[in-house]
Amino acid sequence: MHIASVQFKQRAQEKLADRNLQQALAKLQGNFVRGRAERVKELDNFESIRDAAAAIRDRALAHLDLYLEEFERNARARGAVVHWAQTGEDVSRIVCEIARAHGVRRAVKSKSMVSEECALNEALEAAGVEVIETDLGEYILQLAKEPPSHIIAPVVHKNREQVSDLFAEKHRRARKTGIAELTREAREMLRPRFVTADMGISGANFIVAETGSTLIVTNEGNGRMVTTLPRVHVAVTGIEKVVPTLEDVATLMRLLPRSATGQSISNYVSVTTGVKGARDLDGPEHFHVILVDAGRTQLIGGDMQAMLRCIRCGACMNHCPVYQSVGGHAYGWVYPGPMGSILTPTFVGLENAPDLPNASTFCNQCGVVCPVKIPLPDLMRKLRERQFERKLKPWTERAGLAVWGWAARRPAIYAMISRIGARLLATMGGREGTIRHLPFGGGWTRGRDLPAAEGKTFRELHAQQMQKS
Amino acid sequence: MSARENILARIRAQQGKGEQPDAGEREAVAAYIRARPAGPRPRVDGDLIARFRERAEALASTTDTVEALDAVPAAVARYLRSNTLPLAAVCWRELAGLEWKAAGIEVEAREARETDLVGITGAYCAIAETGTLVTLTGPATPAAVSLLPETHVAVVRASRIVRGMEEAWQLVRSEGEAPGSTGAALPRAVNFISGPSRTADIEQTVTLGAHGPYRVHLVLVAG
Repeated sequence: MHIASVQFKQRAQEKLADRNLQQALAKLQGNFVRGRAERVKELDNFESIRDAAAAIRDRALAHLDLYLEEFERNARARGAVVHWAQTGEDVSRIVCEIARAHGVRRAVKSKSMVSEECALNEALEAAGVEVIETDLGEYILQLAKEPPSHIIAPVVHKNREQVSDLFAEKHRRARKTGIAELTREAREMLRPRFVTADMGISGANFIVAETGSTLIVTNEGNGRMVTTLPRVHVAVTGIEKVVPTLEDVATLMRLLPRSATGQSISNYVSVTTGVKGARDLDGPEHFHVILVDAGRTQLIGGDMQAMLRCIRCGACMNHCPVYQSVGGHAYGWVYPGPMGSILTPTFVGLENAPDLPNASTFCNQCGVVCPVKIPLPDLMRKLRERQFERKLKPWTERAGLAVWGWAARRPAIYAMISRIGARLLATMGGREGTIRHLPFGGGWTRGRDLPAAEGKTFRELHAQQMQKS
Repeated sequence: MSARENILARIRAQQGKGEQPDAGEREAVAAYIRARPAGPRPRVDGDLIARFRERAEALASTTDTVEALDAVPAAVARYLRSNTLPLAAVCWRELAGLEWKAAGIEVEAREARETDLVGITGAYCAIAETGTLVTLTGPATPAAVSLLPETHVAVVRASRIVRGMEEAWQLVRSEGEAPGSTGAALPRAVNFISGPSRTADIEQTVTLGAHGPYRVHLVLVAG
């Protein structure tokens, strides 16, 4: 996918002024935020399940090489072909080779964020393979030629009127406006594709080391179609998705649907292992798994490794005040919200996404809701430190921080400067006690007033209090 | 070096480990897979059958209970008639021997086709915690029968209702064959099905019948 993360600030401005988008984003509060809170209450031991889930993911990462080898051995024993891809380009090349080897003309695809990373659809189309996205949201986006704006609800930025117009134009049928009718129309358009496709392409929510299985979770049933009907199935997945055992899957599945969509369980959880048996009546004859690095190994072993626990539920973005205000497209790449603010700079380079580690209020809502306890704000702070060290911040910010750092190490001077500042801010407020325009802080006061300071610093007030008592 | 060797080497280098895993590392991984400890379990109160029904209905499935397997065709006919659904179905082989004709239903035991409107399946087991059906694929249990038709009817033996996903895996482990894998031997697909297919992609509004069935009806066989 094209990387536009460098334009975050400009895009965020545009998105804030987009009324349709603002109304659409408000809807995330329903199922996703309130629904999650309700479904979490069903579990009497939610916190201990979270701890266990984080431990499962850490255990897999601590011996990642061995669990991947175990997965590979067991998958092969059941007739799967396991491929390894170091980059996104490698993924596209491997899938195109598989398509060519099996004479594939048409592929149906269930939602895969990894495949968005590597622009797989474009590569397949260039190789003469028709690719059809089958998740309703992804299908709408494919028709509209737009990227997803949310990892779970990819078309959250569009309203039904926009979908109605799009379907009427692309399907050349009478314009429908009801959501149930639009869903039915998409079903009718996609069903013939499912049954005639030669290849199904899916992601994987988890891969299971002990059995060599891949697992996908869907509500629509498209994931089951894609992994059952075509004669070739290709699963594309990040190397970090491995979990050791089926018992670990049971623990993680108590958290994933609750955190993602506010459901106690998703409609379909499919654990697929190997190819169709000799006497089976359905299932793929060929099964390929592509294990993808594409930047993930950079996170291993260092202070950012916790990010690889991520199970892609989207709870962090649903609860993020920044995401809620600007939506996913502002982030400029595949992964938006807090998890994207860490993954994007890591995968595509900090210099290509300089604003993302700063696209946070540090309210820690993301950290509070993360089912595998990733300390997202801490990781963003580490990226900010790296930006500063690599001099990727504007010179004004670096100079400001240098001055502040110099003063902070000299308490007397720091106290003097803050005393002057506090008194200055008190007088600037005038009779009303509010500051309309702040020199050097114009961005802050553009949309709001700053309450004037009381005129004394915290340390002065503290000293007074101590004297009194 | 191949991509595989590069990726594995990079993982080890990033973790500051030697080039090849030692016996201790391998044993730690093998021991964990052998032990496969269960995680913390949430409380699941009361009768498992009642809980299964309640959860399944909360997920928009409908349920019915019959005393014995031979009462299933009449119950299914009742359901199909009351919903003005067609009295013809594709079904799993294990159920083909029931007296469907006498109940007025034409059934064929085979794989599902695009034109099938009703699919009748059994269930390997069912999970009380979430109201979920578990089906395993095999020569007599094709996956698409529960997926392509607009209506899915599942026959669930009450004795096969278990508490959670862990118990379902235990059943698969104890009843399955083991063709050379280190852990459980799984069929081509294990499908966990929880109600009719749904989507909320347009305006976050839940709509039933996305790509799979619009309705799921569960006939519980007591005893």
